[in-house]
Amino acid sequence: MTADLALIWPELILTIGGLITLMLGTFLGDRQVGIYQLSALLTLAAAAAAVVALFGVETTVFSGTLSVDGFGGFAKLLIYAASFVCILIAPRFFSGGMRAEYPTLIVFAALGMGIMASARDLMTLYVGLELNSLAAYVLASFMRTDERSSEAGLKYFVLGALASGMLLYGISLLYGFTGTTDFAGIAAAMGGQLNIGLIFGIVFVLAGLGFKVSAVPFHMWTPDVYEGAPTPVTTFFASAPKVAAMALMTRVVIDAMGPALGAWQQIIIFLALASIILGAVGAIGQKNIKRLLAYSSINNVGFMLIGLAAGTQQGVEGVLTYLLVYVVTTLGAFLVVLQLRDADGNQIESIPALAGLSQRRPGLAAAMAVFMFSLAGIPPLFGFWPKYLVFEAAVNANLVPLAVAGIVASVIGAFYYIAIIKMMYFDDKSDTEIPAGGGAIVEDAVITASALWLSVIGYLFIPVLAVVSASAAAVLF
Amino acid sequence: MIQAIVFLPLLAALIAGLGQRIIGTTASKILTTGALFTSCALSWPIFLSFVMGTGEAEVVTVLHWVSSGALQFNWELRVDTLTAVMLVVITTVSALVHLYSWGYMEEDPDQPRFFAYLSLFTFAMLMLVTANNLVQMFFGWEGVGLASYLLIGFWYKKPSANAAAIKAFVVNRVGDLGFMLGIFGTFLVFGTVSIPEILAAAPGMAGSTITFMGMRLDTMTILCLLLFIGAMGKSAQLGLHTWLPDAMEGPTPVSALIHAATMVTAGVFMVCRLSPMFETSEVALGVVTFVGAATCLFAATVGTTQWDIKRVIAYSTCSQLGYMFFAAGVGAYGAAMFHLFTHAFFKALLFLGAGSVIHAMHHEQDMRYYGGLRKHIPITFWAMMMGTLAITGVGIAGVAGFAGFHSKDGILEAAFAAGGGGVIAFWVGIFAALLTSFYSWRLVFLTFYGKPRWEQSEHIQHAVHDDHGHGHDDHAHAAQGDHHHDAHHSASGDGTAGYHPHESPVSMIIPLVLLSIGAVFAGYAFKYQFIYPEQGLAFWNGSMLAYDAELMHHSHQVDTWVKWTPFTVMAIGLFLAWNSYIRNTTLPARFVAQFKLLHQFLYNKWYFDELYNVLFVKPAFWIGRFFWKKGDEGTIDRFGPDGAAALVAGGTRLAVRLQSGYVYGYAFVMLLGLVGLASWAMVNFL
Repeated sequence: MTADLALIWPELILTIGGLITLMLGTFLGDRQVGIYQLSALLTLAAAAAAVVALFGVETTVFSGTLSVDGFGGFAKLLIYAASFVCILIAPRFFSGGMRAEYPTLIVFAALGMGIMASARDLMTLYVGLELNSLAAYVLASFMRTDERSSEAGLKYFVLGALASGMLLYGISLLYGFTGTTDFAGIAAAMGGQLNIGLIFGIVFVLAGLGFKVSAVPFHMWTPDVYEGAPTPVTTFFASAPKVAAMALMTRVVIDAMGPALGAWQQIIIFLALASIILGAVGAIGQKNIKRLLAYSSINNVGFMLIGLAAGTQQGVEGVLTYLLVYVVTTLGAFLVVLQLRDADGNQIESIPALAGLSQRRPGLAAAMAVFMFSLAGIPPLFGFWPKYLVFEAAVNANLVPLAVAGIVASVIGAFYYIAIIKMMYFDDKSDTEIPAGGGAIVEDAVITASALWLSVIGYLFIPVLAVVSASAAAVLF
Repeated sequence: MIQAIVFLPLLAALIAGLGQRIIGTTASKILTTGALFTSCALSWPIFLSFVMGTGEAEVVTVLHWVSSGALQFNWELRVDTLTAVMLVVITTVSALVHLYSWGYMEEDPDQPRFFAYLSLFTFAMLMLVTANNLVQMFFGWEGVGLASYLLIGFWYKKPSANAAAIKAFVVNRVGDLGFMLGIFGTFLVFGTVSIPEILAAAPGMAGSTITFMGMRLDTMTILCLLLFIGAMGKSAQLGLHTWLPDAMEGPTPVSALIHAATMVTAGVFMVCRLSPMFETSEVALGVVTFVGAATCLFAATVGTTQWDIKRVIAYSTCSQLGYMFFAAGVGAYGAAMFHLFTHAFFKALLFLGAGSVIHAMHHEQDMRYYGGLRKHIPITFWAMMMGTLAITGVGIAGVAGFAGFHSKDGILEAAFAAGGGGVIAFWVGIFAALLTSFYSWRLVFLTFYGKPRWEQSEHIQHAVHDDHGHGHDDHAHAAQGDHHHDAHHSASGDGTAGYHPHESPVSMIIPLVLLSIGAVFAGYAFKYQFIYPEQGLAFWNGSMLAYDAELMHHSHQVDTWVKWTPFTVMAIGLFLAWNSYIRNTTLPARFVAQFKLLHQFLYNKWYFDELYNVLFVKPAFWIGRFFWKKGDEGTIDRFGPDGAAALVAGGTRLAVRLQSGYVYGYAFVMLLGLVGLASWAMVNFL
C-alpha cells in the first residue's frame, strides 16, 4: 500500500499543494494574490514534474483501482498545463476581485481530473469525476454577485447532478450485471454473452460521460455556462476538463467495454455526428464570442469522438493528438477574448464588436485569425492535422460515411470561423473602441507561442507527437 | 537560327507585356520591333537558300513534350520550303506592321500591351508553321486565335470591339472543334500525331473505311473534312466567315497582319502541309474546291456594296482566300501558296494604306465621306494604287504584271487545266475577278478621286471643332456619336469642312513603300519557283508531297483565251467602277433603286448573321437561359448550395430556439437523448 503511494506522486502533490494554497489564502487574506497564485502554480508544476518522473512506469495501484501509465500521463500533463495557464491569466481578469478559492479550486479540479484520466475502476472514475465537477460548479458561479455567473453555476450544478445520476445508474447496472467495478473485470464480462442490462449500463455510463465532454444531446448546459461563467473559468472549462473527460471516456470504452465494440460504437457515432453537426450549425447564429466558442468546443468534441468511434489504436492516437491541438487552440482563442476590453475596461464578448479589429489590434487579430483557421481545419495550419488523423482512422475502420459527414460538417463549421476573420479584416471598424492592452506580457507570450506553434511549427512536432501518442494509446490495447 | 526566329518574338512579348511598367513604353516598342526585324532578317536567308536550291529541309528538336502511352511527341521546329515561305511572309509583314504601329498607335495609352500582343501573335504563328506534329500545330493555331481575340478586343472599352472579339473566338471554336476531332481521329487511325509519319502513311489508308454511328464512312474523307472545318474557321471560309468582317473593329495594323496576311492563311497552309492526306480523298478535295469557289464568289459580291473601307478589304481577303482554297482543291498547291505569298504583300499593303487613309481622315472609315484625297496624301494614294493594281491582277499575259496577276492567273489556269469541277471553279473565279476589279477600283475612286465629301462626317467635324486636332484619345471615337455639332463649319463650301488631311508619319510610310515593292515584284520574281513545273518541283522539294508538276505543266499550256480572260474581266470591272463612280456618279443610286432586293441581299452579307442569329445564337441563348434558370438556379442551387445554406440557417434558428435558457428544457433534451439512445441500443441488440 505504501509502495503504491510512491506511484501517485502527482495526486499527492496536488492534494497537499491545494491544501497549502487554501491555507495561504485563509491566513494571508485574499489580497495576497501573488503568494497563493504562486503556490498553486508551483503545485501544478511539481505535479507535472512528478508525471514526467513517472515516465515509463506502467502499473496499477491500490488494488487495481488506479493505473499509472503513459496514457494517463499524457492526459495529466495536458490537464496540468491547461490549469496552469488558467491560473496564470486570472488575476488580470479579476483585477482585484481575485480570491484564493480560484486557484485552490482549480488545483482540486486538476486533482480530480488526474484521477479521471487514470481511473480503471468505476468507483475511482466516479470519485475523480465528482471531485472535478464540484470544483467546477463553484468555479462557474465564482463571481457570486454577478447574476449570469450565479445562474451559470446553478444550471451547471442541476444538470450535472442529473448527469451524475445517469452515470451512477449506469455504474450500478454494470456492477449488477458483471459483479465487479474493475475495468478489466467488466471487459472480461463484456467478452462473453451480452445482455440487455449491460447494454443499458453502457448507454447510461456513456450518457453521463457525454455530459462531461458536452456531446450532443447532453450539451445543453455548455453555451449557457460558457457564456455566464467568468472568462478565465470558461477558458478552464473549455480546456482541461475536456481532456480529462475525453481521456476517461476513451479508457472506459476501450478498456472496459472494448470487447463489446458493437454495442457502444453506434452510440459514439451518434454522439459524434450530432455534436459535429449541431456544433457547426448552432454556432452560426451566435452573437456572443463565448457562446460561439462553446459551440466550437461541441463541434471539436464531435471530431474527437469520430476518432474514438473507430475503436482502434490509430483512432485513440488521433484523439490524443486532437486533444493537444484543441487545448492549445482553445486556450489561445480564449486568451484573445480575454484581451478584448473596451475603453471602460469592460470585457467585450459581442462578436459584431470585433469588426475591424485588424485595424485596432493587428497582432491580436492575426493571432485570432490563426486560431480560427486552425479550428476550421484549414491547412497549412496545424488544426488540419488532427482532423486528418481522426478521419484517416475512421476510414481505416470502415466508417467512411462518418468521415464524409465529418468533412461536410467541417465545411459548415468553416463558415463561422471564417466569418469572424472576415469581420476582423474586411468589415468597417465597429463603434466599440478597443484600446491597446499593454502590460499583458504573459498573455501575449502565451498567445504568440500558441499561434506560432499552430501556424507551421507544429508540423515539425509531428514525428515526436506520433511517437508519444502512439505509445500512450498503445497502453489501452 | 530557327530557334531565334521563333523565340525572339516570344521573349520580346513576355518582356514587353509583363515588364511594361518597368521598362516603359518606348523600350517595349523598340524591343518588340527590334526582335521582329531580327527574326525577319534571319528568315530571308533561309527562304532565299530554298529559292537558290541550296536549302536543306531540317527538323530541330527543342525539347521532349509528351510521352503518354502511344502518344509521344516533341517540340520540334520543322524548316522546309513550305515553312520558309511562311516564315518570310510572317516575319516580314509582322516587322513592317510593328514599325507601322509606331505611327498609327502613337496616341494610344496602352502601346506596350499592343506591341506585346503583336509579338505574341507572331510567335504563335511561327509555332504553327514550324510544327512537325499536329498537336504543336494546334498549339500555334490556338495561340494565334488567342492573340487575334486579344487584338480585336484591344480597345476593350468599345462594346462593339468586345463583341467582335467574342464572335471571332466563338466562331473559331466551331472550326477548332473540327480540327481537334480531326487530330483525335488522325491519332486513332495512324497512331501518331507526327506530320511526316502521317503523310507517309496516308496513301496506304486511301479507301479504308470506318464505322461511325452505324454508317460505313471513308476514313480519309472523314479526317480531311474534319481538318478542313478547322481550316474553314481560321480562314473565314463560307459558313464560318462571319467573324472576319467584324474583326475589323481591331486596330488597322492588326487587320493587316492577322486578318489579311498571316493568320487567316493558316487554313490554306494547313491544307497544303497535309496535302498528301487530302490527295487520298476525292470527296474532300471536291469540298475544298467547292467551299473555296463559293467563298470567293460570295465575299466578292458582298464587297461591292460595303461602305466601310476596312470591310471592303476584309471581304476582299475572304474572297482571295477562296481562290487559294480552290487552287488547293484542284491540286494546284503551288499556286495556292503563291497566291498566299503575293496576297500577303498586297493585302497587307491595302490594309496599311487604308489605315493611313483612316489616320489622315481622323478615324472616319466610311468611304461615302472620303473623296479627292489623292492630292492630300499622295504617298498613301500611290501605295494604295500599287496594291489595287496587284489585287486586280494587272499584267500582260506572257510578259509581266503585278504580283496578283501572276498568282491569280496561275490559280485560274490551273483550275481550268484540272478539268471537271475545276472548270466550274475557273468560271466562278473569273466572275469573282470581275467583281474584285470592280470593288477594288470602286474603293480607289471613292477614296481618292472626285470631290471631297468630308463635311458630313462626324469624325471630321469633330476634328475641325477640336482645337487640338489629333490630340485626343485615339479610340474614343465610339463615344463620339454623342457630339453632334450642328453648326456646319463648311464656309469654304468645297466639301472639306475646312479640314486638311495630313500625310502619315514616316514610320507608316516606310512599310507602305516596302510593301509596294513586294506588291509589284513578288509575283514576277518568284513565279518560276512557285508554279513552274520543273523549277517548282525543285523548289518545293517534297515539302508538299503532292506538288503536281504535271498539272502545272498543263496549266501553262491552256488556250490563249483562258490566259487573257482574267485581264479582260479586270478591264471590264475597272470600266464599270470608273463609269459608276467617276463618270456618272448618280448611276450607283439608280442601280440600287432598280435592284433594291439584290442590293439589300448583298449589302446585308447574304443575311448570314441574321440566319445564324436565328439558327444558333437565339437557341443557344435559350438553352443557356434554360440551364441557368431551371438547371442551375432551379435545381442545382436550390437543392445544392442554396438548399444546404437554407438548411443550415434553419438548423441554426432551431438550435438557438432550443437553447431556451430553461433548465427543465435542457434536462428534457438530455433525457430524450438518453431514452432515444437506450431504445436504439436495445433495438439494435435484440
